[in-house]
Amino acid sequence: MKHKKYQKLLINVIIAVLIYALVMMAIQFGWIGRQFLSMIVPVCTNVMLAVSLCLIVGFLGELTLGHAAFMSVGAYSGALVTLNVPLPSWLALALGLVIGGVTAALAGVIIGVPVLRLRGDYLAIVTLGFGEIIKSIFNTLGITGGAGGLSGIPMLTTYRNFTLVFILMLIVIVVVANLVNSRQGRAICAIRDNYIAAEAAGIKISKYKVMAFVISAFFAGVAGVIYAHNISILKPGNFDYNQSIEFLVMVVLGGMGSIRGSIIAAVILTLLPEVLRGVADYRMLVYSIVLIAMMLFNNSALKAKLVARKNMRKSTEVSKEA
Amino acid sequence: MDLLINIVEQLINGLRTGSIYALIALGYTMVYGIAKMINFAHGDIIMVGAYSLYVFYGILGLPAVAAVLLSVVVCVVLGVVIEKVAYKPLRNAQPLAVLITAIGVSFLLQNLALLIFKATPIPFGSIIKVPSVQIAGIHISGITIVTLVVTTISMIALTLFINRTKAGRAMRAVSEDKGAAELMGISVNGTISLTFAIGSALAAIAGLLFICQYESLQPTLGALPGIKAFVAAVLGGIGSVPGAMLGGIILGIIESLSKAYISTQLSDAIVFGVLVIVLLVKPSGLLGKIRIEKV
Repeated sequence: MKHKKYQKLLINVIIAVLIYALVMMAIQFGWIGRQFLSMIVPVCTNVMLAVSLCLIVGFLGELTLGHAAFMSVGAYSGALVTLNVPLPSWLALALGLVIGGVTAALAGVIIGVPVLRLRGDYLAIVTLGFGEIIKSIFNTLGITGGAGGLSGIPMLTTYRNFTLVFILMLIVIVVVANLVNSRQGRAICAIRDNYIAAEAAGIKISKYKVMAFVISAFFAGVAGVIYAHNISILKPGNFDYNQSIEFLVMVVLGGMGSIRGSIIAAVILTLLPEVLRGVADYRMLVYSIVLIAMMLFNNSALKAKLVARKNMRKSTEVSKEA
Repeated sequence: MDLLINIVEQLINGLRTGSIYALIALGYTMVYGIAKMINFAHGDIIMVGAYSLYVFYGILGLPAVAAVLLSVVVCVVLGVVIEKVAYKPLRNAQPLAVLITAIGVSFLLQNLALLIFKATPIPFGSIIKVPSVQIAGIHISGITIVTLVVTTISMIALTLFINRTKAGRAMRAVSEDKGAAELMGISVNGTISLTFAIGSALAAIAGLLFICQYESLQPTLGALPGIKAFVAAVLGGIGSVPGAMLGGIILGIIESLSKAYISTQLSDAIVFGVLVIVLLVKPSGLLGKIRIEKV
């Protein structure tokens, strides 16, 4: 059993190194055009956002429609740090990443408190409202530049600094993956599967719910900081409800509760619009149809049949081995 | 005196917006009461109602009454079809799946409208041509009068329908206990379809009133009133019909007053802030019943 675990780890490490080497070589030798060069960092931030959202939607089993708000809190506070703190740019960025993450996590605590009392539909609508509140605050505050937004943010996390972005992305993935396989992660999954039974088994529901929200918000904030220092302009309109839905589509499409699926879906869904420029108008239409179709398929008789057949095959394999 | 008149006018404005919210909130609350789901696409039915009025009245040039009736029919059919295609297969699925599907439907409607009618707002003159009235120095526009009259009639009709007719009794029975209602010979599927039909009809009426007020069409026009109406439904206690009416009117007045006296930009934040506070203090809403969960 232990042997298998290490094998899996080794495969994952090899995959990560290979991807890193491939992208680095592509950047160095100019294999890809400008269009795709500028997509490298957005792919990484979207992977971070999808993985962190996967913690709430996939493992905690709660729907949140305010992930873009966490991201915007991180992006704005991180950008304000690098714009206003007189430190060498790298130190300022490091500080910005920490502060961006922490303020987003604080927002996670603020939204986490109503979470203690709400579930399902109510929670979804509160997070949606929370996103709107954050957006209108950024629209009115003077320090965030109002509707015009912030500009001139130093471009410290573009594809030229891919190594840093890649490492941060790996950290997010590793932390979430390890969390999910830990005692805390099992508690979070237990709450998703049956919160009454989980509570009866002595799991503190409120504690783990807030924990999931705070961790997810922290990483969304960090991703926001990277996002801000990649495109250098922030506008409140960039972080609307549609953006949150896009992250949700990534998680749902990747298969709720699968980190690897979220990563793959995030990469594909970020690159796809670039590839399909000609039919950009239909992108959101296709997204919505995919959302509905996935949900209908997940609950269809067809899927139940396929799963039953798979289980049957597995059980015959096991009995053969025995 | 001027301030007083101003306040009264703002209150009337709030009443007008609030009664539109109340109409939309009724759809949310009825569907929630019966199907136990938030119909996220409800706000977009408003948009469909507004656009179909534009098509029937503005493009095809039908008489106003016929255009209004046809728009309502379009919305009713759409609501029932959405229920049959997207929600019915998920009736026994986990709530998260239903919610995501509903969001998908909402997005689908918005993007279809975007493809057909494009993103640029379409100007659309009001079809309501009632002169405004001046009472004791207070100016009340014709649209306000029509809105208040129409919403009051709709609400009275709905209340009578739910409380006095057999179909209304069936609806109440299904919302209380689906299984027992089915055993009593009530067609649950039929009742749910009927609920969606009524909710969509109310949303269509709200959409028509809304468009007469704002006179501009956009594919996303239903999203914000939809969300606010949902807030209203939650405020009043979701699942409760009088609660939705009360919640809608309170929300409209709060919004109108905060727009007038605090800040236009922050009014949305204030509305959602009210929602958060209500849910924290009284999660079941003003008129909602607390259900004890049994294992």
